[in-house]
Amino acid sequence: MMRRVLIAFALVVGMGLPGFAVQPDEVLKDPALEARARQLSLELRCLVCQNQSIDDSNAPLARDLRLLVRERLTAGDDDAAIRSYLVARYGDFVLLKPPFDSRTFLLWFGPFAVLAAGATAVWLSARRRRAAPAAAPLSEAERKALEELVGSDPKA
Amino acid sequence: MIVEIGHYALVLALAVALVQTALPLWGVVARDPALMATARPAAFASFALVIVAYAALTWAYMVSDFSVLNVASNSHSMKPLVYKISGVWANHEGSMLLWVSILVLFAALVAARASEMPLRLHAAVLGVQGSITAAFLLFVLAASNPFERLLPAPLEGRGLNPILQDPGLAIHPPLLYVGYVGFSIAFSFAVGALIHGRIDAVWARFVRPWTLLAWVFLTVGIAMGSYWAYYELGWGGWWFWDPVENASLMPWLAGTALLHSTLVMEKRDALKVWTILLSILTFSLSLLGTFLVRSGVLTSVHTFASDPARGQFILGILTFFIGGAFALFAWRGPMLKQGGLFAPISREGALVLNNLLLAALTAGVFIGTLYPLALEAWDGSKISVGAPFFDAVTIPIAVPLLLLIPFGTALAWKRGDLLGVAQRMAFAIGLSVLITVGVWAYTRGGPVAAPLGIGLGAWLILGSAAEIVARSTRGAASLGIAFRRAVGLPRSAWGAAVAHAGMGITVIGIAATAWGVENIAKVRVGDALQAGPYEVRLDRTFVRNGPDFRETVASFAVVKDGREIGRIEPGKRIFVAQTMPTSEAGLMTAGVGQVYASIGEFEDDGSVGVRLYWKPLVTLIWIGSVIMALGGLLSMADRRARVAAPVRAAATGAARA
Repeated sequence: MMRRVLIAFALVVGMGLPGFAVQPDEVLKDPALEARARQLSLELRCLVCQNQSIDDSNAPLARDLRLLVRERLTAGDDDAAIRSYLVARYGDFVLLKPPFDSRTFLLWFGPFAVLAAGATAVWLSARRRRAAPAAAPLSEAERKALEELVGSDPKA
Repeated sequence: MIVEIGHYALVLALAVALVQTALPLWGVVARDPALMATARPAAFASFALVIVAYAALTWAYMVSDFSVLNVASNSHSMKPLVYKISGVWANHEGSMLLWVSILVLFAALVAARASEMPLRLHAAVLGVQGSITAAFLLFVLAASNPFERLLPAPLEGRGLNPILQDPGLAIHPPLLYVGYVGFSIAFSFAVGALIHGRIDAVWARFVRPWTLLAWVFLTVGIAMGSYWAYYELGWGGWWFWDPVENASLMPWLAGTALLHSTLVMEKRDALKVWTILLSILTFSLSLLGTFLVRSGVLTSVHTFASDPARGQFILGILTFFIGGAFALFAWRGPMLKQGGLFAPISREGALVLNNLLLAALTAGVFIGTLYPLALEAWDGSKISVGAPFFDAVTIPIAVPLLLLIPFGTALAWKRGDLLGVAQRMAFAIGLSVLITVGVWAYTRGGPVAAPLGIGLGAWLILGSAAEIVARSTRGAASLGIAFRRAVGLPRSAWGAAVAHAGMGITVIGIAATAWGVENIAKVRVGDALQAGPYEVRLDRTFVRNGPDFRETVASFAVVKDGREIGRIEPGKRIFVAQTMPTSEAGLMTAGVGQVYASIGEFEDDGSVGVRLYWKPLVTLIWIGSVIMALGGLLSMADRRARVAAPVRAAATGAARA
């Protein structure tokens, strides 16, 4: 469906200035730090947008967060410290990759649980079929009848 | 007047759809041929009526009849004609009418080919399709009527959202809808067969072309949407794991699984229960996608609760059809007898594995998309599930799936020989490894995943080619014979090879995004920036007028080795009907890579912020998707060519029924 319409609306109507996300004046001098900033930004949600990272979003709030991330990086914080700082401020909602805990247990294991359950079901049905004998052995009466027809013990 | 005719036709179509549901299904249960025979004319009639309604709405857009609320809210008299026509489906009401139009189109196509099918199956399928049509017509008429009048009529419309005024939008939704809604036929076949009680290889042969058709359109539709987002949204990404995108990806994944399982059912009469379940599941995911996109539930469960009418209506339809189909399945499914036995290492075994992995992928996308909603409804806490999660979950499942494709296509039915296949594939395997190592050595110091991705893509292409070569040269005395045999191979074999190679091409395009170069800077006229092998120089800025917008353009020259090889002209547009400016990306395709630029605000000092990319091999992502779709079409041609087989089967089926 006009898959992007919602985003488009959010972009155009909700967030004011269109254009692009990371502005030239935000870029850090040190390319290594800047690369880390970009990587971090990709994992942080623009809180007022629909499912966009702050790296992708041109909302003013996303810009504030990008500047904040760069500020902390320049101050010497490591990635984990910046993440936990933002989580303390905004909650887990700010992380596009939710942490693994009791609430997200099903989220992280769900797909692999489906895979495991499917594999088990396939294995069980294959085993059941193999276990089912191709044909029941002849009863004594049937064997006699067959013997009469064929003339000798078919097993011989 | 014409608008009222359209509205009236829609009401009539609802009545006909109810007849199309009730009489044929009654006929199927009562085994009454006269009642069953009503399915066909009813399907044609509801098609004709919905098309009249659709044409009426299109006419209202074309003449800019602003006394129609839908037109007034979404159109503008100065819009170019093509965007007036495409504007019909660029809004909620119109797009739902398009949805229904495609639903009845498919019913009419099935009805047109009725003579090939047993009467009972045909009546059951059209009856079920009629019930879906009726439900959605009721929704359109009751909750999202596009023909609602607006009095007094305004002098001018409010205009289409400018970001949607684009050729990409003009074709993307219809393609996607044909795919989405096309799976309704697989659903109707499954439910119809459960009612009618005969599910066998013949059933699979009937359902497969429809599934292929829907899949082909969905593939192109998703690729189109991805390309549109890539150039229109202005930050150069091609997939965002956005819930609305995921809503279209889920039926695609399930539909891909369905294509492969119907293959097993058709050839070997196995996997019946699973195929029926998958048919129901695939369309359920299409319905779910419609619900997700249309209800507003994605923004928040609370938005949904505050404006419930439409969302709840679609949720009702969803529950009725999915619940009903699963109940029927639980009741009749156990009666299905399993057919052909097979060893674990066989074509069937490989296809079971394919289905398993595709189901897990679908589950991953499903869980990731709906989990935040479920959690918020459960304990009110809000989390985000975005691209990093989806990458982490889908890649470990998708990579083994892709790696196994060439092995699967090379294995024999019933009992395969893995060692023999490995020997036959030795050359392709060796070459793929060589390519991986070569690319890695050439780009040493760059991203490590990229050469592996290129290798995977190469393996898919080479493996598909190796299979064709092996099948045509086996025991062939000369090259000429081998060539003739290659031409004579079933179209479905070619279709599979082409589709899988297309997947490989897409994989290469995706892998190469890791080598993309980005350059963000402020430039003035005369300044140049580097984008990969190219130098991009701002020559001038100017203003130009479009039919209903004014655009400020930054004209860049793309220079290589001191010679200008092209221009890119990103701009900012202001539409007359909307005050918000929009960005237009500037693109230049060089080989299969692209130079991409989007601009920010023009400053008072004459400088402008520019975001410039060099994206090597990026177009392969979409080229590969189109090749995949071509593979699907080739497979369809195969079924069409053997159309006599279903006719014969149908004749015996009808005699037996």
